[in-house]
Amino acid sequence: MIEVQHLTKRYGPFTAVNDLSFRVERGEILGFLGPNGAGKTTTMRILTGYMPATEGQAVVAGYNVFEQPLEAKRRTGYLPETPPLYPDMTVRDYLTFVSKIKGVPSADRTQRIKTVMEKTRIDDMAARLCSRLSKGYKQRVGLAQALIHNPDVLILDEPTAGLDPKQIIETRKLITELAGDHTIVLSTHILPEVSQTCQRVVIIAKGRVVAVDTPDNLTAHLRGNETMYLQVDADGADAAVALSRLSGVSRVEEADRRGNAIGYEVVSEQGRDIRRELSNTVVSNGWGLLELRPMRASLEEVFLSLTTEEAAASAPAGEETEHA
Amino acid sequence: MRNTFAIAGKELRSYFASPIAYIVIGLFVLLYGVFYWLYLQSFLREALNLGQYGTQQALNINQHMLRPIVQNVTVLLLFVLPAMTMRAYAEERRSGTIELLLTSPITDLEIVVGKFLGALGLYVVMLSVTLIHIAILFWYGDPEWKPIATMYLGLVLLGGSFLSIGLFISTLTTNQIVAYIGSFSLFLLMWIVSWFGSFTTGFWTDLTSYLSIIEHLDDFNKGVIDTTHVIYYLSLITFGLFLTAKSVDTERWRG
Repeated sequence: MIEVQHLTKRYGPFTAVNDLSFRVERGEILGFLGPNGAGKTTTMRILTGYMPATEGQAVVAGYNVFEQPLEAKRRTGYLPETPPLYPDMTVRDYLTFVSKIKGVPSADRTQRIKTVMEKTRIDDMAARLCSRLSKGYKQRVGLAQALIHNPDVLILDEPTAGLDPKQIIETRKLITELAGDHTIVLSTHILPEVSQTCQRVVIIAKGRVVAVDTPDNLTAHLRGNETMYLQVDADGADAAVALSRLSGVSRVEEADRRGNAIGYEVVSEQGRDIRRELSNTVVSNGWGLLELRPMRASLEEVFLSLTTEEAAASAPAGEETEHA
Repeated sequence: MRNTFAIAGKELRSYFASPIAYIVIGLFVLLYGVFYWLYLQSFLREALNLGQYGTQQALNINQHMLRPIVQNVTVLLLFVLPAMTMRAYAEERRSGTIELLLTSPITDLEIVVGKFLGALGLYVVMLSVTLIHIAILFWYGDPEWKPIATMYLGLVLLGGSFLSIGLFISTLTTNQIVAYIGSFSLFLLMWIVSWFGSFTTGFWTDLTSYLSIIEHLDDFNKGVIDTTHVIYYLSLITFGLFLTAKSVDTERWRG
């Protein structure tokens, strides 16, 4: 549904997007993840035809964004970072205007406006001026605007930014509901959002793709050897010594200490499940087993490791150019 | 074309949703009324004087009252018209709605022409309020309608030229005050450019008076429609809209 090949965008000497390539299949939700200034917004603006790329190709809904911009735009809905509302229009007037310039036939207009207002739950605000809406409603009207012409592709730039927790959950739910009918690309720098809503993630840093995968695979990829968190009340005895003697345990580190309760991080050898041995040891020594759980690498760690690896790798290159 | 009208309608409505339209029209009509009253008084006095001397020749109301009024109105336009275009693009860029327009399936030209027609619509509404004053003249006097019609045609063309240039200036900034002052200064320069010609003769005089936006209005005020002047104004409007479209396009490249 969306195919981006070798997309590059330079502003003078500054490269905002560097040789970006990815694909999005029909009905999929793709998360676009990266720190601020990574090139997310620039990429989305290129995909929506707001600005041209310096190099590369982008095909949206079967149309080349640069060669047939009007056809591509007809099939794309876009919610920019700040919802593009006219403060002096009412919500209904605004949606009517947008439906006109998005090419919704006048016969369907009333019905479409009604449908998107119900979908985004803004029907009770129809007569209100856009400038008088709360941040959450502004965002929803922005989403309604993007949906008005029933586009194949939805591009949402940080759809949950600035919302309160309840609104964030609602917006995420709405986005998941919209998938299937629409192919969605959403950008965010909030990690849990990606694991909750997206089927696939593109992580970008400094304008480059550093990883493309499902959220689960990305987390598993980093896991490698298993780490257990174990909290024991050993009555002052040193449990670490006993634990590290167990077969399959490669390393034991004290993580925290609260009175007699001591927490350990136990690293096992690759592919070994040591939970049984750990609990047996604790119980046979007569200690109290307070907690035992696997420690998974969170997406947060994947993200940090990927984006900082990238930074470390590109740092020497940056120095070279400085010397030259 | 449908898109152009959608944009024009939106523009016109946003003028009337904000205080701009009311303030601009209100002040314009107020000042127009002042000029109208002053020139009416002086016209009546002159007519009375002529009557006392028993001259047979009647005073022409078109020539002695309406022409000086239009000359004053053009000065007013210098101040009023930049206020109509100052927010056209500046506001869209500030509020981010420009992203909506530029990512919609419409061409840059449709947006530009739509915005121009919206501003022109407001201007025509403003001018048409002064038709009340003209109607009063018809009620009590006997002016010729043809020179009045060409007068208004001239004003629409002059105003259209100012608006298209003002639209271009408004693409260059996100600040409405900068847009206003920029447009005003440029209008003034286009107005007084003929003064430079007054120090020389021949080619430079001809050129500067041709360029001066106000010299072309004279014939319209006299009741003459000369295609030279119509073409001058129409090409100025086209040029202004062309610059606006180009400026929006480079905006995309600059990001």
